Amino acid sequence: MIEFHLDARSGVAPYLQLIQQVRHAMRLGLLAEGDRLPTVKDVVARVAINPNTVLKAYRELEYEGLVQPRPGLGTFVTRTLGGDDDSRAAHEPLRRSLTEWLQRAREAGLDDEDVEALLLSTFRDFSEERAGRRG
Amino acid sequence: MTDVVTTTGLTKKYGRRTALTDCTIGIPAGHVVGLVGPNGAGKSTLLQLACGLLAPTAGAIEVLGRVPASGSARVGFVAQDTPVYSGLTVGEHLRLGAHLNPGWDASIAEGRIAELGLDPVQRAGKLSGGQRAQLALTLAIAKRPELLLLDEPVAALDPLARREFLQGLMAYAAENGTSVVMSSHLVADLERVCDYLIVLVGSRVRIAGEVDELLGTHHRLSGARRDPATLGPGRHVVAASHTDVQSTMVVRSTAPIDDPSWSVDGIDLEDLVLAYMSEAGANGRDRVLEKR
Repeated sequence: MIEFHLDARSGVAPYLQLIQQVRHAMRLGLLAEGDRLPTVKDVVARVAINPNTVLKAYRELEYEGLVQPRPGLGTFVTRTLGGDDDSRAAHEPLRRSLTEWLQRAREAGLDDEDVEALLLSTFRDFSEERAGRRG
Repeated sequence: MTDVVTTTGLTKKYGRRTALTDCTIGIPAGHVVGLVGPNGAGKSTLLQLACGLLAPTAGAIEVLGRVPASGSARVGFVAQDTPVYSGLTVGEHLRLGAHLNPGWDASIAEGRIAELGLDPVQRAGKLSGGQRAQLALTLAIAKRPELLLLDEPVAALDPLARREFLQGLMAYAAENGTSVVMSSHLVADLERVCDYLIVLVGSRVRIAGEVDELLGTHHRLSGARRDPATLGPGRHVVAASHTDVQSTMVVRSTAPIDDPSWSVDGIDLEDLVLAYMSEAGANGRDRVLEKR
């Protein structure tokens, strides 16, 4: 079971934050097919938000085909994100090399903002290059 | 969907002072409604009219399809500062509630008291502010009302007690589908829990509507200084401020604004509320500005 939280200052609508947290948990393998999402009552009792916000998030996830409500039982995960077990097995070595890279960046004198900017711009270039090759 | 509260031209005067002026709204069922506005705007008056503690001077109000009567089993009311009887114990409050309310649900009441860790033999006068508020909420919801009216329930509470109160309130609303109307000037709390908003300023309703719709139809415009009157039809200027070169406005418009001479941004609930609160004095301020 996952737990939700809310960042009131993020500027992202609360229902979108819930959706992002479910998708994120799916990507990290914290939610697998057949797992149950917290009930609406559980979520609002923990996060203190409007029940309709949770319903909206769950409806959206259902529309995306990621979850399925079963009346009287709850809302269940029907699909996972982030590939199969093989790709998830690759997470750990990738995380290690990224940590090493972050270490080198820090030693080279980059601060958090520098690192974030470099990561984002490299990621964008990489994505564009791949998209260009495909097109 | 039916309305839980309908008012037409509702007006309340205390002597020569008008507390609520010509209020016409319909609050749909199934919402958690935030009633927001500065002190003295008429929030408490509207809530007390809705629960039958006050009678209107003019106009009409219907709650759950009827003229409100004080003590109705279908409406739960928690007055400002969450009053309890300080000489009575927690357990005596529950017995009193059971005695006064035919539809009293003892399992809800006792379950909540246990969950909150309140000692039934403790006198209410010895409870903390947060515990007192929770006791008052427990008494109101154990009636199993269809509509809960709460007047500034969390204003006096510390952040933790406030969060716990709202957690309990939302859990109850989620489980029972109860409609809730709560007044507050803590917009950050309202932003979390409310999906319908009513802004009251100077005894008048400035705007009422679903939060998503309000956020979708209000925009912040900034650009070179110009007269708000040139914005065009269908665009209502809620608030405007000007420097010698720049104008910034909060505008209500159902159609998207794609005028390239403006930079258009969304607006959060707090800024939206503040814009309506400052609207009251905006005309006066504009006049001062034009003189310069």
